[in-house]
Parts: sequence; structure tokens; C-alpha cells
Amino acid sequence: MSTIASSPSLTDNPRCCDWLDLSRPGRVVLKSGKVEIGQGITTALVQIAADELDVAPGIVTLISGHTALGPLEAGTSSSLSIETGGRAVRLAASAVRAILLAEAAKLLQAPIESLSVDAGRIAVEGRETDLTYWSLAPAVDLTAPVMDHARPKAPAERRLVGTSMPRIDLATKAAGPGFIHDVELPGLLHGRTLDPPAAGRRLEAFDEEAFKRAFPTVQIVRDGSFVGVIAEREDLAVRAIAQAARLATWSQGFAVPALMREAIAADAAEPETVIEKGDVSAAEGRLISTEIERPYIAHASVAPSCAIATWNGDALEIYSHSQAVHDMRAPLAKALGIEARNVVVIHVPGAGTYGHSGQDDVAYEAALLARAVPGRPVRLLWSRAADFSLAPLGPGAIVRAEAKVNSGGRITAFSIQSQSQAHVSRPGRGGTLNLVAAERLATPLQKGKPLDVPVERGGGADRNAVPLYAFPSIHVSKRILLGLPYRTSALRALGGYANIFAIETLMDDIAAEIGADPVAFRLRHLEDARAAAVISKAAEMAGWPGPRAQGEGLGIGFCQYKNRSAYCAVIVRVVCDERVRVTHAWSAVDAGEAINPDGIKNHIEGSIVQSASWTLKEQVAFDGDAVATRDWEAYPILHFSEVPEIEVDLLVRPELPGLGVGETAMGPTAAAIGNAVNRALGIRVRTLPITRDAILAAG
Amino acid sequence: MDAIRLHVNGKALDVRVAPDTPLLYVLRNDLGLKGTRAGCVEGQCMSCTVLIDGRPQTACMVPVSAVGDQHVETVEALAGEKSNHPLLDGILEEQAGQCGYCLAGMLMRAKALLDRNGAPTRADIVAALDGHLCRCGAHVRILRAVERAAQAGRART
Repeated sequence: MSTIASSPSLTDNPRCCDWLDLSRPGRVVLKSGKVEIGQGITTALVQIAADELDVAPGIVTLISGHTALGPLEAGTSSSLSIETGGRAVRLAASAVRAILLAEAAKLLQAPIESLSVDAGRIAVEGRETDLTYWSLAPAVDLTAPVMDHARPKAPAERRLVGTSMPRIDLATKAAGPGFIHDVELPGLLHGRTLDPPAAGRRLEAFDEEAFKRAFPTVQIVRDGSFVGVIAEREDLAVRAIAQAARLATWSQGFAVPALMREAIAADAAEPETVIEKGDVSAAEGRLISTEIERPYIAHASVAPSCAIATWNGDALEIYSHSQAVHDMRAPLAKALGIEARNVVVIHVPGAGTYGHSGQDDVAYEAALLARAVPGRPVRLLWSRAADFSLAPLGPGAIVRAEAKVNSGGRITAFSIQSQSQAHVSRPGRGGTLNLVAAERLATPLQKGKPLDVPVERGGGADRNAVPLYAFPSIHVSKRILLGLPYRTSALRALGGYANIFAIETLMDDIAAEIGADPVAFRLRHLEDARAAAVISKAAEMAGWPGPRAQGEGLGIGFCQYKNRSAYCAVIVRVVCDERVRVTHAWSAVDAGEAINPDGIKNHIEGSIVQSASWTLKEQVAFDGDAVATRDWEAYPILHFSEVPEIEVDLLVRPELPGLGVGETAMGPTAAAIGNAVNRALGIRVRTLPITRDAILAAG
Repeated sequence: MDAIRLHVNGKALDVRVAPDTPLLYVLRNDLGLKGTRAGCVEGQCMSCTVLIDGRPQTACMVPVSAVGDQHVETVEALAGEKSNHPLLDGILEEQAGQCGYCLAGMLMRAKALLDRNGAPTRADIVAALDGHLCRCGAHVRILRAVERAAQAGRART
């Protein structure tokens, strides 16, 4: 058994019973700490468990993200849910099957090799018996460690995994009560909170008496500059908070350099070396460099953040759509002055999330409100403006990259430096609190210094800054800015979006400089056959290099996410007239084993669209310390009429571990658009987003 | 609070609410029809689109008192006990969603389109849905789902 690789998710949840429960006849209860954020993970987990157990997926009930009933896994982030959570489910289900079959073999006095399972019923030499998982379950000990019994199927034995099983949750989400916003609880009350103009502002004056006169049936909760209302009816809470906003005066903001370039230059942060290999300064060759700039980007989930909190004595129950249901307990408890074991968090999906948005903040604020009404659940829904302006943003960045290319057309040295605010400041990470309302209490709780992610965990600002290309010498560094006032944290792909844009547009610039074809130039520098295969496949799909025409062109981008998750090449076709239109996108992806091929394709299609939206349109604007882009008119995203036709092909490798796909297309899509615009117009745009103005400024 | 009679998905329903209450909250909280999604609640994202006498409108911007005798249709009308409306089947067959939050509003907009044009072109569908926001990027599948529904609807008649 020692040859079977474990999963980090099993470290804190090592027992079979942490993952599976067979106490309900005819049902399999599967438990996971990974949660549905729109990516289809719950369907994939059910597929994996049903396959290993040889049962129909329809009898599997999934408990996902319940801290009292399920395993306490790390958050649903970093494209790790299949790699770690899915692996744990596979191992646990295989262990439960092995334990049950051993018991059946004993009772039937038959060799275990002669047994098979169909729909949970045991057969000997293909003949049915009276034994089922559920008749056997009371006699076996499912507290046994998973790794003592795990014996996952060989790839050829899998039946459900590798098929495109439809999503288990889509029908309810399309037309029924599928979201946290829809949860009904007895005695549910409705909460709203007062939005400060920016995270750090103080409430200078608030006419609480006038508010109470106007809304005598509405409960008001105030602690320093945190103000919320609780009402029996949602429409009443909405009216009340609008009135409260009129009765509030906030402290003034402060000026911040309007140009990010200046703000970044003025910051005192020192660069830190991430990786150094060889001596870049000693390498021979012609120096070619780039410097790219990406703006701050909003999560812009279609629904604002939401949570439901109920207090019973010192015990707090939270319904949340957070990606970090377990990890949020300790910081929440600390901020509320209770024990973490008294906090139960139950995940219910919200609209899609793409990182650390306001999901944890709203849970804390719901708890602050609900404390005023013990025993009654309070649902807090943030305003659209709060979701845009108070939630963490994906940080703006400047990335400088340079390479030396020798007379043989090979890159001899490569250097890159990423500069931005920290990319991860989730509550609890590195001991930080980082709950936005905690900073405006009468006795403020400070958030602490944000930490970036170390490169061993995939890096933050430096995510995907280490090129996958085989360059003889490299130097990778980052500069984490601490002087800027904006609230930043994890947004899809973290620094990988800007770093891959920098690396992959520089690769095209160098290829152009030496007269090489961009695809051939990349292949020349790749020793990883899987990387080469996705690039070649995408080129074939797109008909690379395509016809050359004024204002039209193909462009390519590539990465292996975190240099360890899925490989992804993207080619786009752009047409540039009064604006840039991406008309087509082709992508080849190698995610190893594909649990659900259509689920992967759907996810890649979605990330191509989202990345195209960031790359062509999106940019958070500031007014000093405050976010100025507070609604959809000020912060437009890609519309139906702007979305390309998309074709995705998977290079499936059933014998290799499944790799996360959630973020891998973000950087390649951006680079592909930048490179396509350059080929269409002969203009290299280095400032994102690639708008008409950005093209005119660069041209 | 006023007593107001609404006609929703073919039923007459009575509620007691303030007359300026947005229809969105009445549908979701008083009538328990949770399928109509609260998105921006500012009339911009279109998540809460319902049909009022066949015309798509954002329920967050319509005071309940303005509905009067008009007939309101919500996404719940598309999910039948025996069979679904072709649009909902189209979404499921194309697996046209990720988080799924935007779908209900789009389904209602698409229903209004198919009710007046049973053979829409891709451009017609794009134009109808263009104001609806989807952050996950399921657009191409959603367009295919509506095309599939239009074909299924034509096959049925």
C-alpha cells in the first residue's frame, strides 16, 4: 500500500468515516470540505466516489463544506480541489469498498478476488448474494485509517470517471432555490449594513435618534463606525439602510497618486529574490525587455456577498458561500471573542466566486448583526456598491521582464520582477484578521500585515513568474508593496495573469525580433513534452499562423498553471476596427486524467471569456483611497455580443493524476489577445486593459 | 401595507405589502418564488428579469403596485412536474451554466424572444440577451441552449 500516494486532505481527516457514511440504507453519504463555486466540483466528487464504490451517482448524497459534519479541509482555492480533495475522496471510497468486501469475503467464505459489486450489492463469481454495503456496514469499523485500506481502481477499471456526467446542481440553480440567498429558516430576519465610502473611513456623525423616529420597528446595531439594520421584511431593511445613509457623515479620504506607476515607484518595499539559477548578467546575447502594467480588477460576481448568522448563547452558526468555510472559523471567533470550536460554518452556494471576495467579511458582519437578536437567524446581503468597493481587489501590478537571445536564436538568460500589493490576505492567513468591518468598530481590530504566498505554495505576486521554458539562467524577484491603501487579495490566477502576459508577450517580441515563428520559437525552448503538445495542438486547431490581413490576426499564449497544475495553450483571433474584438478562441489543455471532460471544457471556456473581459475592458478606478467604480455601468464586463466562439480540446491522460484547471487559461488568454493585436496592427500594447485608448497611446 | 392581488404563473395570489415594494421582494419573500434572482437590485445586471404581460422587465425596478392586473411569469413556470419548457431543457442539455445565478433572468428574456419569434437567428438571440451579465463566461453555451430550445419548439408545433 505504501506505493499509493496520499492527499494532504487526509492529514487532518485520516479516517474512512471522515469521508463516508453508509448508515442510511441504500444511500451513500459523501462528505467533503471542498465547495461549489460554479466550477462543478461537487459533480466531480460524486463521480469519483460513485465510481470507486460501484454505485449509481444518484444514491450519493454530498455534504459539502459543513464544518460540524464534514472533513475540515483547506479552502477551495488555487485549483487544488481535484488534486487534493478529489484524491482524498477516491482513496477514502476505495478504502471503504475494500473494508466492506473483506467483510463479505469472510461471511461468504469466498476469496476476495471472486467478489464484485453492482449498485452496492455483492456478487460472488458474478452470482448475486443477499449482502449489500448497507447490510455489511454495521459489522465493519469505518474509523479505520483510509491509507491502511486504500486501493483505488486502475484507470481502465473506471466507469463513471472520464465521462461527462451532467452537473448535479444545475437544474435547481437555473430555475429553483439554489443559492444562499434562497435559504429559508424559521424566524429569519433581514439585515443590511451601511457602506463607508472606503474601507478605512470613520463615521463622524450619525443621527441615530432621527433614524429611530423614522423606522421604529427596525433594529439598529452600531459599534463605532459599523452600522447595520435588522428588519422583519427585506424591503423594510432596504428602505431603512437608505435612510441611514442619508443621516450619516463620513470622514474625508486622502489623496493617492493617480498613476499606479508613480505609486509603485514611491513605495519603500525592497525587492526579494524568489529564484536564481545560473548568472543572468554573465550570459551572452542581445537584450530585449518589456514592462507591462495591469490594473486593479474586481471580482464582480453577479450577486453581492451574502451570509446568514444565528447565535445561541456563545455558539454561532453561519451559512456562507465562502471558499474557506473551515479557515474562516478561527479569525471569525477571534474577532467575535469566542472559541473557534463554537463556530459552525455551513456552505451554501452563492453566485460564482473567483477568489477572496467579500464572502468572509459578510459572514462576520452577519454575526455582528445577529448578536443583537439571540436565537434569530439574520441574513445579510451586501449592496452592489459594497461588493465593488469594500471587498478585496485583485491588485494592480507592474511586471518587468527581459531576456537575452544569442545569435543561434536561443534565449540564454531571463529575468522578471513582479511588483504589486499582496495577492493573498484571507482572514486567518499568517495570523492576520482582515475582516473589513473589524477596522471600523469602536475598538478597531487591526488587520495585520498582509503576506504574499511563498513560491513553494505556487507563489502570489510571483505566481507563474518562473518560466516553464528551459532557459539556462533565470532571475525571478518580487516587490510586495505595503504603502498603498487598497484592500487586495486572491483573484483568479493571482500574479499569474500579469506574469504570463509579460512572459508570453516578450516571447512574441523576441520571436519577431529574430524573425522566428512564435509557435516554433516556444517549442524550441520547451523540454516538457506535455507543454509542447498543448501548444502544437492549439496551433493545429487554429490553423496557425492563419492568413495575414490588416487589422486581423491570431495570437498565442501558454502556461502550466503554477508550473504544476494543468497545461494550457490558447490561440485567439482578433479583429481590430473601432475596438478590439476577439472573434474566436481555441484552447488545448492537458489536465492529466479528466474526471469530467465537459466540466473541464466548460471551465476553460468560462475562464477564456473572463480573461478576455479583464484584458479588453476591466479596470477599477479610484478616487483617492476610495473605489470609484461602484456599479456595472462604471465597471462593464464582456457582454454576449463581445464573446468569441470557443473550441476546447483536452489531451486526456487517464494514467496521470488529474490537475486543476480553474485558473490555467487566465494568463494565456490575456497574452494571446495581446499577441494577436500586435500581429493585427503592429502595435505592442503593454498597458492593460487593451482598449482603443491603450492602443492609440502605444501606437 | 395594502392588500394587493397578483396574477403569477397563472394563479391569483393575495399579498399584504407596502405598495412601493419592488416586485422582486414580493415574488421571493411573500410568494416564495426564489427562482427570480436578486443581483444588483439597480436594474443593471438583469438577473431578476421576469415577464409582465409577456414583456421582460427587471423585477427590482417595478413597484408591486404598478403590476395591477397584468400577468407575471417567473422562471418557476418553465420547470414542469412532467416536462420542462424547452428552454430549461436546452440549458441542461448544453450544460449551459457554471454558477447558474444569471440563468433565470436569461431564460425569461429568451422566453419572450421565442414567444414572438420561433426561429431566431444567432444574432437575434445575442441582441436579446446582450444586456444580461454572466461573470462565469457560460455565454456560448447559453446561446446554443436557446438555439436548441427554438429547434425543439419548432419540432413540437
